[in-house]
Amino acid sequence: MVTTFHYLLLGAALFTIGVIGVLTRRNIMIILMSIELMMNAVNINLIAFSNRLQQVTGQVFAIFVITVAAAEAAVGLGIVIAMFKNKETMNVNEIDLMKW
Amino acid sequence: MLELILFYTFGTIAVVSAILVITRHNVVHSAAFLGATLFAVAGIFLTLHAEFLAGVQVIVYVGGILVLFVFVIMLIAVERSVHERQYNRQWRIALITSAILIVEIAYGLYRGRDSLILPPFVAPPVAAAAAGNSEQVGTALYTSYLLPFEIASILLLVAIVGAVVLAKRRTPAED
Repeated sequence: MVTTFHYLLLGAALFTIGVIGVLTRRNIMIILMSIELMMNAVNINLIAFSNRLQQVTGQVFAIFVITVAAAEAAVGLGIVIAMFKNKETMNVNEIDLMKW
Repeated sequence: MLELILFYTFGTIAVVSAILVITRHNVVHSAAFLGATLFAVAGIFLTLHAEFLAGVQVIVYVGGILVLFVFVIMLIAVERSVHERQYNRQWRIALITSAILIVEIAYGLYRGRDSLILPPFVAPPVAAAAAGNSEQVGTALYTSYLLPFEIASILLLVAIVGAVVLAKRRTPAED
């Protein structure tokens, strides 16, 4: 039988994969994709608890998370394009203009 | 039994494609596997009886965000980055940090395990049973959560304007 615990484990697995992707990859596109993975993991948790408590609030919150994800993707990809125009690279190690 | 099969099918697809997203060298392949993960997560939403969210997931994530990703990948050169080194120099530290995170989450889930088991059957209230999932979400969105909803629309507007300004900014060479 599928319990909330199963869904939380799935969410934890997806979130950890996203964290590993953000921390280890150098390609900025894949880092943005990993952030989307983490947001999906959070959504799974929210909806699992929405189902567990039989309340619709978790699903409303998940809609807001999706909204923020869309805004984040639009702005993030705008930054990627601006950066590519300036430095001709997608490698985050070479973006060190503001690094002390 | 059916929900167990569905959960493990969608869960396996989601996790395996997520691992492929962060390990492929070619960004286009990563985007394709991200699409597979998003579809699988939509299936997970369906098994949780969140039909409206499953539809939103497919339309907004797969139809909007993923297409945006593919557009940007198309605009910038992919060929060169395939042959570059793909992982950071600090990947060992990153993996150690992630292992600590895994242990922390696993400990928290293990301690809270008893309270997270679904009761065998939760009878929904009569009014909730009559209304569909989309209706319930819509009612909550337009009554209790009206202000956050409007703020979210302003956030989207700001994001659109910001993305256009960022992407259209001229480089010094063009001036």
